[in-house]
Amino acid sequence: METIMAIVIGILFSIGTYLILSNQMLRIILGLSLISHAINLMIMVMGGLKTGGPPLLSESFQSFTDAIPQALILTAIVINFAVTAFLLVLSYRTYKKHGTDDMNQLRGNEHE
Amino acid sequence: MNNLLIWPVILPLIAGLLFILVPKNIRLQRTLSVVVLAVIAGISITIMNQISTNGIQTLQLGGWQAPYGIGLVADMLSMLLVLTTSIVAFCCVIFSFRTIGKEREKYYYYPLFLFLITGVNGSFMTGDLFNLYVFFEVLLVASYALISLGGKKVQLRETMKYVIINILSSAFFLVGIAYLYSVTGTLNLAHISVRIAEAGQDGFITTVAILFLIVFGIKAGLFLFYWLPGSYSAPPAAVSALFSALLTKVGIYAIIRMFTLVFYHEPQITHLFIGILAALTMILGGIGAIAYWDINKILTYNVIIGAGFILAGIAAFTTSGALGSIYYLIHDMIIKALIFLIGGVVVYLTGTTNLKEMSGLIRNHPYLGWMFFIASLSLIGIPPLGGFLGKVFVTRGTFEAGYFWLGLIGLLTSLMILYSVMKIFMNAFWGETVLSEEEEKGTTKGVILPIALLTLLTIALGLGPEFINSYVEIAVEGLMNPQTYIDAVFAENEIP
Repeated sequence: METIMAIVIGILFSIGTYLILSNQMLRIILGLSLISHAINLMIMVMGGLKTGGPPLLSESFQSFTDAIPQALILTAIVINFAVTAFLLVLSYRTYKKHGTDDMNQLRGNEHE
Repeated sequence: MNNLLIWPVILPLIAGLLFILVPKNIRLQRTLSVVVLAVIAGISITIMNQISTNGIQTLQLGGWQAPYGIGLVADMLSMLLVLTTSIVAFCCVIFSFRTIGKEREKYYYYPLFLFLITGVNGSFMTGDLFNLYVFFEVLLVASYALISLGGKKVQLRETMKYVIINILSSAFFLVGIAYLYSVTGTLNLAHISVRIAEAGQDGFITTVAILFLIVFGIKAGLFLFYWLPGSYSAPPAAVSALFSALLTKVGIYAIIRMFTLVFYHEPQITHLFIGILAALTMILGGIGAIAYWDINKILTYNVIIGAGFILAGIAAFTTSGALGSIYYLIHDMIIKALIFLIGGVVVYLTGTTNLKEMSGLIRNHPYLGWMFFIASLSLIGIPPLGGFLGKVFVTRGTFEAGYFWLGLIGLLTSLMILYSVMKIFMNAFWGETVLSEEEEKGTTKGVILPIALLTLLTIALGLGPEFINSYVEIAVEGLMNPQTYIDAVFAENEIP
């Protein structure tokens, strides 16, 4: 299971990298989102997949799954959600103000 | 357990939340921000005195003992930085009363300002790796909003780049945390340190260490700084002064903390790598500072040089190197805020950032001109001023460690800094006065006070180092002996 997850994470990372390297703002944002999701999956795999029962106190399970990675992912998702929302609004404003969503044309010039 | 520790983190947060409820009441927001920052300064001095008598103070939140709970740890280094942060922020907030403008004040400038302080103080004081990430995000989200507040073309454009690079580096931060958690099975910094010391720092952990170095290096403006000059010169002066004084320093603090507490077993790899990056940063920053004629660009490149120089002392990893780094870190926070505020006033007065279009400001503004002169001398490290001690000890540290090239590059970049700030002084302040007082685009009314306060501080840091020397020495002792930090965190508990 871990191997499959590693491959999935790798694919997500490579698609994200490809998207970040493009010129369009929206693609870059999507790429960043994909990378964040890949990392969330990675944190989960790092804690070990299905190593025991749910982390609740009961007598039917002897070993428990580590709950910390899931808590970390929850925090990371919330932060990522807020930042992505901000970035989408920002890119919209930038597009409105500059009239372009091409990062190559957002280099700036001497006279402004 | 010391409940005082929570206040530097939670006080600006509460005040910021309160401000959102009363967005129209600017006067209340101004008064309360000043009061909150002054109170934090007072609290941090109190905690510093407690540390010097009773050792490192900790607060395990919710009563869950380390390593199970999430704790705050106040050692001398973090409290010195919290104190400097609150003083610098105090000056920046007074400066912004006059310069930031009604529009920004109405649109939550002060709440964002205080959220930024929350994140900075939290990053300095947390004892948990994941919490460090969370506090980084708190300060970054506040900084995203602060840098784009106003919505000018250049601000939006530079914010895009700033946000993208920071999201990417935060992503790598999470990757590092995930790897480190899978190896050590804990997130508590002291506990990670114990586990790595037990198991030995093998190649994998060293690789993770380099990953952390890259993450914090991006945030500190170390080598991968290409986003920094653009985004720090886009926002108004009060904001860019705050950013250059605090944000890069949080990254530097994180590097210092990680590479003295956790990854200190392989200094010939990791610390040499820091040294090489510091040298490259100083050289490239120096070239940038010399090359530009734009006052904001020159000052931002000086921020980059400062980051390189502080880390040169850490790369040396000797007592005098660490002592110099801490002195220079404190000095750098004060002096960067100071020169950015003065640069901001110059831009307000002349209405341009191009040095070739300004001249002779010293005739109408002698105080401003001479304070800039003092600031630039202090920046270079001329003896009776603040930068001197840091420069001496960092250079001595690098020589003791055998990194002669690093010390020499540090000294050579001082010359580059000298050239770059003297270029500002001679072009902006000397020469024929082209602007009469009526023609100026702004005034210096109400902004001289914070500038004078910071100038006095940098002089005091040079003339009276014995006031803080005992504190700084305790901080260095803590850095060189990670065991004291670990003992303080675990108190008498058994380490699992």
